[in-house]
Formats: sequence, C-alpha cells, structure tokens
Amino acid sequence: MKSRSLLLTGAHRLAILAYVVFALFPLFWLLKVSVTPNDLLYSEGVRMWPSRMTFEHFNFVIAHSAFPTFFKNSLIVSGATAVVVTVLASLSGYALSRFSFRAKYWIVALMLITQMFPLVMLVAPIFKMLSPLGLTNSLTGLVIVYSAFNVPFATFLMQSFFDGIPKDLEEAAMIDGATQFIAFRQIILPLTLPGIAATLGFVFTAAWSELLFALMLISGNDAATFPVGLLTFVSKFSVDFGQMMAAGVLALIPACLFFLLIQRYLVQGLTAGAVKG
Amino acid sequence: MASIDIESVRKSYGPVSVLHGVDLAIKDGEFIVLVGPSGCGKSTLLRMIAGLEEVTGGEIRISGNRVNDLAPKDRDIAMVFQSYALYPHMSVADNMSYSLRLRKTAKDKIASAVSSAATKLGLDPLLERRPKALSGGQRQRVAMGRAIVRQPKAFLFDEPLSNLDARLREQMRAEIKKLHADLKATSIYVTHDQIEAMTLADRIVAMHGGVVQQVGTPLELYDTPANLFVAGFIGSPGMNFLEGRYVKTGEGAGVRLSDGTVVPVAPRAGLAPETTVTLGIRPEHVVIAKDGMLEATVDLVEPTGFGIILHLSLHGLPFKIFTLDRDALSAGPTVRVDFPQKHLHVFDETGSRAD
Amino acid sequence: MMHQPMKHNRPPMMKRIADASEPYLYSAPALILIVAVMLVPLVVGISYAFRDIQLLNPFSGGFVGLDHFRALGQDQAFYGALRNTLWWTGASVFLQFTFGLILALLLDKPFYGRGLVQALVFLPWAVPSFLAGLNWAWLFNPVIGPLPHWFYALGLMDEPHNILSDPHLAMWGPIAANVWWGIPFFAITLLAALQAIPRDLYEAASIDGAGPVQRFWSITLPFLAPTIAITVLLRTVWISNFADLIVVMTNGGPADRTQIVASYIFTQAFKRLDFGYASAIALVLLALLLVYSMLIVLLRQTMLNKG
Ligand SMILES: Nc1ncnc2c1ncn2[C@@H]1O[C@H](COP(=O)(O)OP(=O)(O)O)[C@@H](O)[C@H]1O
Ligand SMILES: [Mg+2]
Repeated sequence: MKSRSLLLTGAHRLAILAYVVFALFPLFWLLKVSVTPNDLLYSEGVRMWPSRMTFEHFNFVIAHSAFPTFFKNSLIVSGATAVVVTVLASLSGYALSRFSFRAKYWIVALMLITQMFPLVMLVAPIFKMLSPLGLTNSLTGLVIVYSAFNVPFATFLMQSFFDGIPKDLEEAAMIDGATQFIAFRQIILPLTLPGIAATLGFVFTAAWSELLFALMLISGNDAATFPVGLLTFVSKFSVDFGQMMAAGVLALIPACLFFLLIQRYLVQGLTAGAVKG
Repeated sequence: MASIDIESVRKSYGPVSVLHGVDLAIKDGEFIVLVGPSGCGKSTLLRMIAGLEEVTGGEIRISGNRVNDLAPKDRDIAMVFQSYALYPHMSVADNMSYSLRLRKTAKDKIASAVSSAATKLGLDPLLERRPKALSGGQRQRVAMGRAIVRQPKAFLFDEPLSNLDARLREQMRAEIKKLHADLKATSIYVTHDQIEAMTLADRIVAMHGGVVQQVGTPLELYDTPANLFVAGFIGSPGMNFLEGRYVKTGEGAGVRLSDGTVVPVAPRAGLAPETTVTLGIRPEHVVIAKDGMLEATVDLVEPTGFGIILHLSLHGLPFKIFTLDRDALSAGPTVRVDFPQKHLHVFDETGSRAD
Repeated sequence: MMHQPMKHNRPPMMKRIADASEPYLYSAPALILIVAVMLVPLVVGISYAFRDIQLLNPFSGGFVGLDHFRALGQDQAFYGALRNTLWWTGASVFLQFTFGLILALLLDKPFYGRGLVQALVFLPWAVPSFLAGLNWAWLFNPVIGPLPHWFYALGLMDEPHNILSDPHLAMWGPIAANVWWGIPFFAITLLAALQAIPRDLYEAASIDGAGPVQRFWSITLPFLAPTIAITVLLRTVWISNFADLIVVMTNGGPADRTQIVASYIFTQAFKRLDFGYASAIALVLLALLLVYSMLIVLLRQTMLNKG
C-alpha cells in the first residue's frame, strides 16, 4: 500500500516535471540562441548551452537596430490601449453590474457577439475607413482599433470585479451624502484597484501581442510595433538568428512582467473572456 | 429632528406588489420598530424612506416636506445596515467623518464630532484601524458612530444586530436604547426579532405580507393584539390557539370547543352566537390545576433555566404552557389546565380581535 | 437641517430622465467605440463582398453582385482552406483540451512548490502569439533548432529537415505551437472548476467505498462538464479564427497546405490587397460560424429539454 502511494506520488511529480520542461523549453532555447556567439551557432548544434556566452546580439539589437523604436511604439500603443480600455470598461462594467436597464440585455449580447466573430474580416474595411482619416501608419489608429477590440472583454472582467463589491457600500455612501457618481469614484473604484490593475495587465498583454492589424495598418518603420518590426526583420535578415532571438527575448520581458501582475486574476480574466486569448 | 409621515405608500417590482398601501405617522423623536417575518416588506419600506428605492405610489414626508423624488443625500437621514457597510479602505475615523467631509464641514468641527461620537460608543482606541481589523461588535459600533456624527433628522436601522451573537446583541440593544434616550432622534428600526421590537420600541409597527397589521406600544401589542397574526408573532413561546364557537350562556358568554367544553369568556358585543371563533391564551397565562377544566397529555418537558415549557397535546393539537414552578418538571403523563378569563383573547372568523 | 427639500410637487420628469439615462451614460463611451470600430466596419465589410475593391486599382469599386461568390465556388484554394481549418481546429482543440485537463488534474493536488510550478506552466499563455510562432518555427529549423535532430535521432526522420517546408507535415508545426500556447487556457479554467468542487463530496464518496477512478467518473467529470462544454465550444470558434501562428510560421505554405480560412482572408487583403474578395470569404466564414453557433444553441436546448 505504502509503496504504491509512493509510486503514484513519484509519477505525479514526474508528470509535473514534464509539463514544466515542455512549457519552458522553447523559451529556454530562445534565450540560449540569443547568447550564443555566431561562430558557435552552427558548430555546436543541439548543445544545451554554448561553451562561450556573448551579449553581442543584445548589444546590436539595442544599439544598432530599429528595435528600440519598435519597442517604444509597442509600449506606447499597449500602454495607451490599456489605459483607454480600462477607463471605458470601468464605466460600462459598472453600468452592467449596478443598474438594471432596458438595453442591458442588448448591450451584453452585442459585446458577446463581438467576441465571437472573426476579427480578421474587419481587416479590409477598417483599413479603408482609417486611411482617409490619416489613421493608418499611425499609433493613434492602432490604439483606437485595439481599444475597441478589447473593451467588450474588459467590460465583463470589470463587471465581475464590481459584482464582488457589496451594493450596500454605495448605498451607505449615498445616504452619507454622495451622488451615485461620487460613490462610484470614492468608494467603489478604490476597492476595485486590484481589478483595475488586472484589467490593465490583460489588455496590455493582448495589445502587445496583436499582429495582423498592425501588419495591415502599419507600413513604415517609424510606426511599426514590435511584432511588425520583428517579422519584417525575420523576413529580411533571416540568417541573423542570434539577433532575432535577442529581440524576441526583449519582446518577452514586458509580457512576463504583466503576467506576474495578473497571475492572481487569470481565472477571472479567462472566464470573463472565455473566447478571448 | 423630524417627523416622518407615510401616506398610502405602495411598492411594486414590475407586476409583483410588495407593499400594499402603508400609512404611518411617526412623531418627532419617536423610536419606531418595524417588525414582521422575513420578506414582509420591512426593508423595502425603510429603503423607500431612505430614498434607496423608488416609491411606486403614495407619499413620504420628512418634517412635512414631500421627499418622494429626493435623492438619499438630500434627505438628511442616516442608516445602519445589517452588513454595516463600512468602507473597507478607510480608517474608523474616516468612515465616521465621510458624510461630514462630503458636506464640506470645517475640519475642526469634523474632528470634534468624530471624537464625541467615538467617546459615546467607546471607539476612541480604534479610530485609526481599518474595519478589517475590528471584531463584529466593534464594526457594529462604528456603523452606529457613522450614523450619529451627522446628527441627522432621522436614524434608520435595518436589522443592525442580526449578525451578532446573542450576548452581544443583548448588550448592543441596551446601548441603542441608551443612545436614543440621549439623542432623542427620530428612529425607525427594522427587525424580525420580536424581543428586539418589544424592548426597544416606543411604538411597534407589526407587518405581514406587505400590510401593516397593528401599530401600538409594545404592551398594547402584547396585551391586546389586533389580530391572529400579531397575537401569534409577538411573544415567545407564542400564543396558543383553540378553535371553537361563540355561545351565550346563563352567566354570560363562552367558547364551545370541539369536545363540547365551554370556556367562559367575557361577552363580546360584535359576535353573533354560533360564529366560529379562535380562542387565544398565552402559555404563561395557562394555569395548571388538579380540578382544571381541560385535560392535556404532556409530550415534552423543556426546562429553559428561567422557567419550564410544557409541550402538550390538547384535543390532538399542540399547546404550550410556560411556568416558573419547578414542580412542572415532573408533570404528566396528563395535566389539567384552566384558562383565567381576563387573559383570554377571542378572534372572529376573519382573524380580527373581538372585544 | 442641512438641506431644504425642494418645493412640493415638483414634476419628477427631469429626475426620471436623469435617473433613467445614468446607465446609458456609463456605457456610452464603450458602446460608441464598439459600434464605430467593429459594427460599422462589419457592415461595410459585408457590402465589400458584393463590390470590386482592389486597393491598387483606382478604377475598382463597382458593384459586382455575386461574382466574388461565384469565383469562390471555383476556388480550390478556398476548399483546401476549409479542410485545413477543420484539421487545424480539431487537432488544436483536442490536444489543448486533453493536455490542459491532465495538467489541471495534476495541479489540483497540493504539493510543495505548487504556486511556482503553476506560474511556470502557465507562462506560455503570456508569450505574445507572434513570438510563440517564431519561437516554434526556430525550434523546427534544423539550422538552429533541436527538434529535427531529435526526430532524426529517434528514427522518425531520414535526415534532419524542417517539417514546416514538408507539405504533408507542415500543419503540425503551427498545431504544436498552438498546443504549447493554449494548454494554459484550458488548464486554468478547468483548474478553477476543479477547485470549486466541494471537497467533502470526495470524502463522502470515499467513505461510501468509491475508488479514485470511480470518484473521477462520478464526481469530477459531472461537475466539470458544463465548464468543459462551454470552453471547448467557444475555444473552437476562437481557434478556427486564429491566424497569427500560421501567418508567422508558414504564411499558409507550403503549397497552401497550412492555409486556413482566416489566414486566407488575411492573405487576400494584405498581400493581394483584394478587399472585395477577402470580404466575400469573410462573409462565408461568418455564415459558417453562425451555423455552428446555431447548432450549439439547438444542442443546448435539446439537452436542457431532456434534462
Ligand atoms: N429588487 C427586487 N425585485 C423583486 N422583488 C424584490 C426586490 N427586493 C425585494 N423584493 C421582494 O419584496 C419582498 C419584501 O422584501 P424585503 O422588504 O426585503 O423584506 P424584509 O426586509 O421584510 O425581509 C420580498 O418578497 C422580496 O422577495
Ligand atoms: Mg430585510
């Protein structure tokens, strides 16, 4: 009996280890190649760690390429999108959580549907609509598009956070002399701060990863976001693996930071989005 | 301070009617308790007075002014919630001063108001704590403190003690009573606990199914319940009821029970002979006597320490006696009981009191 | 005493309007954005499906009726894309779900260091999808990636070559990346559902003599069933539209063997700049997804009626 349970525990730990290895190996490989000197890249093949490490690829990417611009552009776009979406979603999530009104059903339905239909079908019309407004090849255009795409999901997420705050608190504030909006701002919002941080994180991560619309809407280097820049780089200099992977490692950093931020809220985020990535 | 007038106030949620026309005049400084079983509409009425629920019909006036369409913040009332609804991100002092800060009261005035309220409630050492770091009883006090710093026109309480354990509840009950004697503010207190209602109220409003059943002082409700509902709801253990027919007898009147026994009662002017009536008597008024008029079997003897409750079957129906006499512990298997006439209540077919 | 209530019998009209409009004010900014950037383009896009819209051709723009759909009916690449979409979606969802469920079950047991393990195995979810695609493309690349060499060593390959350029195997590349990237999604949702199962249920079942396997079938699975149903159904829609990995890793090639409908739309719009044709394909995809959603709703209804 005892040896059987020991065996089970061993199998359990082994399976867990397999998952951890599977999850981390690609990222590990990315890191490995990014610190491998060019001359060792081909000669050492599948070695797990190069016999000599170098940061020359990172140096090059940071000092002699357009990646810092891409990085900055992506930060601006993702940051602005996260802020805009979080503000709008706080308001609309509050409305869905606290009021019962006639159009509520339709608003929820609209938001759910926008989560279901293939966004790729909007690529052409959005391009056509933004281009006369001068919003193609512009970070502002990207922020607008990304904000719209992320508002529905963020609304449901914020709603779930508001639902967790008892209605009594606002009522107490209103009796204490607050209007509903002041109660929202002074009582409810401060209590939702963790939720707001999580929403910021989710939206930032989503905007940071977006590729197709950025490819379509951005053509020059100046307004390219990181994914666009990296992909262009890959198709142009497809042999500079060390540099590409160094750039990849850099793109990973903000995503990982935000992942740490939203770790605790993954469940809430994924269930609010159920259809979102 | 203020008077509060409620005039044929109705409330419905869509097609569901919850309050069917409530009339109530509350005098300045009065302590009113709304009591009734869960779901009878007490909170709804209280929340309409506070402005948290829209009034479907009728009128609510505070100090003579119609407030139906005023926002809660413009009514100048304070409310203590069952959940306390303390702001978790504010210290006790900030919780208490929030209403004054919203009204842009001067800093020194706020400080003195908070400190005097804190002293009254024994909150002085806790002022810098967050609600999370307080016990249930302390939170309850803070909720009270938040209400009294403002010196509002009226206090509303929605079951403020139901989240406390029995001992604390008793203690807070006494404190609320003292506080009211001290502040003399108009108060409306909602509870489902009839003991709280009896001990706190100047006047009790007994509600059932969205309708006010009786309004009166605690002893009026206890001694002369207006109908079967009030008679059964007020008092613990509850009043005993026996079905019978009203009859005239030689000496006066009586109620003939199913087994033919006639229990003598004072004549009731409004009752025709042979109408179906319900006879009511409180457990503590039943007298155990060797030569009693009725015989009942003892089902269960329940000592409460203070007294003894005998659970009986009378004509097959449950019947209770409360007595201080320890001899009752060995009562049984049957006892004979008598009903003193002055303690008998008679209710007519519709359940209304017949006098 | 602080406020004098307003005059008697003030018509409550203004207040009514103000009260009723409050939720709309809160939700208006979000709604406006959604309508302007999603709904309007959707309608415009549907109209494109019936027009000749080519970005590079200044004379295009005319109404062409059903021409695009007729062309689509003859388009072998489109039929290939449909088949590929089924294959891509089916394999990805099945593998993501299976491995996600196993991971959730593994993580449901308390053990030392569980928090850290959880963070590590969920990390792929945070990796931007384009990077996940590139990363796996590199892993499959025999020049810098280990996978072909390992496959060769295991005897699965005659020589270390890139499966992404092999028409018969190429689809496994994006699927592998997608599985790696999507396991956390299922694991997280299923783990949450697992942890919501009352523990005393298991204890009661153990006392009643149920073994671990019986407990899984009689408690775990029935409790998970609603979560499984909803996540699998929604995920299916999402993955069938998820073109990032394919665009990054293979761009639909080789020989269109990895082209799915979503990436085909993107290629038509982005490479050929033929917005009309792209919109026509999109419309067909939308119709197919609608049919799929209807089927789900119907299925749900019949199941509810039975239950
Ligand atoms: N928002 C609402 N919608 C519909 N019915 C409600 C709502 N709030 C309360 N009710 C109903 O109104 C009745 C009275 O509720 P309430 O005043 O809370 O009762 P009490 O406080 O006496 O227990 C209950 O039957 C309850 O179901
Ligand atoms: Mg209540």
